[in-house]
Amino acid sequence: MSEPICLRQLPVNTPAVIHSVNAAGELGRRIRDMGIVPGTTLQVVGRAPLYDPVALRLRDFTLTLRNSEADHIFVIRQD
Amino acid sequence: MTGNTLTIALAGNPNSGKTTMFNALTGSRQHVGNYPGVTVQKKEGRLTHGGVTVHVVDLPGTYSLTAYSAEELAARNFLVDERPEMVVNILDAGALERSLYLTVQFLELGVPVVLALNMMDEVRKRGMQIDTGLLSRLLGTPVVETVARVGEGKERLLDTAIDFAATNRRPWEPLVLSYGPDVDAALAEMTGIIEAARFLDGRLPPRWVALKLLEGDHEVEGICRRAGPAYDRLAAIVARLADHLKVTMNSYPEALISDYRYGFIASLMKQGVLKKDASRERIVYSDKVDRVVTERFLGPLLMLGVLYGMFEIVFFLGEYPMGWFEDFFAWLAGLAAAVIPPGQIQSLVVSGIIGGVGGVLGFVPLIVIMFFLLSYLEDLGYMARMAYMLDRVFRIFGLHGGSVMPFIISGGIPGGCAVPGVMAARTLRSPKERLATILTAPFMACGAKIPVFVLLVGTFFPQRAGTAMFWITLGSWAAALVVARFLRSTVIRGEATPFLMELPPYRVPTLRGVLLHTWERAWQYVKKAGTTILAISVLLWAAMTYPQLPEDRAANYEASRQDIAARMAAAEAANGPGLDDASLAELEALLAGIDNQEAEAALRNSLAGRLGTALEGVSRLAGFDWRVNIALLGGIAAKEVIVSTLGTSYALGEVDPGEAASLSEKLAADPAMSRASALALIVFIILYAPCFVTVVAMAREASWGWAAFAMVFNTGLGFAAAVAVYQIASRV
Repeated sequence: MSEPICLRQLPVNTPAVIHSVNAAGELGRRIRDMGIVPGTTLQVVGRAPLYDPVALRLRDFTLTLRNSEADHIFVIRQD
Repeated sequence: MTGNTLTIALAGNPNSGKTTMFNALTGSRQHVGNYPGVTVQKKEGRLTHGGVTVHVVDLPGTYSLTAYSAEELAARNFLVDERPEMVVNILDAGALERSLYLTVQFLELGVPVVLALNMMDEVRKRGMQIDTGLLSRLLGTPVVETVARVGEGKERLLDTAIDFAATNRRPWEPLVLSYGPDVDAALAEMTGIIEAARFLDGRLPPRWVALKLLEGDHEVEGICRRAGPAYDRLAAIVARLADHLKVTMNSYPEALISDYRYGFIASLMKQGVLKKDASRERIVYSDKVDRVVTERFLGPLLMLGVLYGMFEIVFFLGEYPMGWFEDFFAWLAGLAAAVIPPGQIQSLVVSGIIGGVGGVLGFVPLIVIMFFLLSYLEDLGYMARMAYMLDRVFRIFGLHGGSVMPFIISGGIPGGCAVPGVMAARTLRSPKERLATILTAPFMACGAKIPVFVLLVGTFFPQRAGTAMFWITLGSWAAALVVARFLRSTVIRGEATPFLMELPPYRVPTLRGVLLHTWERAWQYVKKAGTTILAISVLLWAAMTYPQLPEDRAANYEASRQDIAARMAAAEAANGPGLDDASLAELEALLAGIDNQEAEAALRNSLAGRLGTALEGVSRLAGFDWRVNIALLGGIAAKEVIVSTLGTSYALGEVDPGEAASLSEKLAADPAMSRASALALIVFIILYAPCFVTVVAMAREASWGWAAFAMVFNTGLGFAAAVAVYQIASRV
């Protein structure tokens, strides 16, 4: 199994599993509310024209978040 | 059920089809208000089903029940304080796991829940299978399949809810989940303390209170702190657990709790609630569309097209009904002038009341068309894409990608209007960014400011007329963005609200939903704003009318008029009906001139005129004389009034903003005006207080406090900028 990497570094269309979420307070709460918790499978499906925010697919829906928010999320590549 | 009435709270995630279901259930029998103390909108409706009157309250769309946003808090407080018989939880069945996260929180609170698995048509199309019977057994709540768009399952949902209310007469029974040994131990200890201390008279489930304390919920913390000294012991347990989890697992209690909630949901899925057909790819259609619509080059181009198209449609289509309104009110004013004898009552009715009401209703076509298109784009899912694409740019200024629409409508493309623009900020879910957008959108070059700009540019910079509007537009954008940045680092300081936003699948909106939404907004505007605006309009009319000219001065003008009238009569008598047209016209012009001079004197003598004159000492710094001051004061009523008031103050009578050639000559000839003061005036008009219709709209969307702030701050900023421009420009 490969090492956890930051979600910002995950290439488009590469499946990955969330390893940890390192955010407290409101941001942490919002991230978890949307179902980003350890063990969840996700992939990056696109980036906005200016490379930020990023669009993710997880739990059968599409979620967008800013790169600065993705920095708190660590994932393990599944390829 | 109390007697034959039943109160249900409709809850669910944004984009779950909750509003569609609310509309399907209640039709047009809706009432829109606010939750107590906050600007969160509260919609209620009534219906009768099988002899039972059902009172439906539409809770704000949320993903969670924390205390982080006003919406979540409003939803939670409603459940706790009003204790509805049940929550009807609308779920996007296509995103079942995430949707159930909110459901679990309702169950933890203990409120009886009926689940409506909505958008089942999409689920079937995607080859997913949901065992609703099993879900119902596992959660102990009724589950109904629905497709709110077409009203499918609506009757069954009502049957189930009424039946459930009739049979389920137990007190609230919270779902007890395990959050792992450490959290469970702390919860047990805290629950004991809360029960012993009888916090809040047992109004809230003790374990839920303990859970919220572990989650660091500020609202519940505050309540408990006030409730008694036992709070200190509870706080100590929370701190101890937090330290322990930090050391042993590098985690926080709130993170662990939500992990276990999702774990519980995952176990439901694994027990067979959800079966996916792995061979079929899901959300294919939306993904394909997005590959084009948010593509690096095509995406922004298409967005420019949509923004431009939306703007053109609003103001092009809006022009016709606005014209009809204008004609109608002109006709009404004429009628009133004919029926009511000349005097103060006539002036009040014609200028104050009909002018004021006409001014308010004139915006209705714009608001209707704007909201129609906006609701369509939002329900379609395109607004979210737009925010996604533009967020990187707007974030620099402390705003949100979704700020673009209010800016464009307000006049980001010259000729907009800040009233619908400010209202368009409703689609923003981030409170700080939304407020900054509302406060800065009125800087844009709205349609009413343009005649003023055209007049000033045409008079003082005729050779640059072509490029001037371009620079003014650019200046307006720069002002809005820079001021937004400034506000976000001062009065609306604070971290950016997390952006995390769902990109809902593209869904063709229902005409009914869009129409209902549009009607609701327009009616609210007419009803609420109308009363306030009428009052302010009458006040402004009074400020520009009273005190009236002293009798002796008015008598002088009257004497001159009599004199000319007598000369006209004499000439007519002397020459018979064959009086030559030239001399008659001359006399009539003389007569009109006296009227205009009297109007000028009356304006200068009025409260607004005296204020304008008194301010001259200060306003000289920016190159404005008393005439400009009065016109600018009038501009607070509506920006187009600037031109007509300037006309009156130069004794030209009422000047049509569209044809101001004579006013242009007067301005050019006035030694008090120069290119420097014209430039300062343009800068001031971009920045200073919004017109009061906008102010009322701002008060409705934010608060009266912020609306007052905008008036004072914008005027101060505008004046400082105007002084700087004038002082520099008059020296170079």
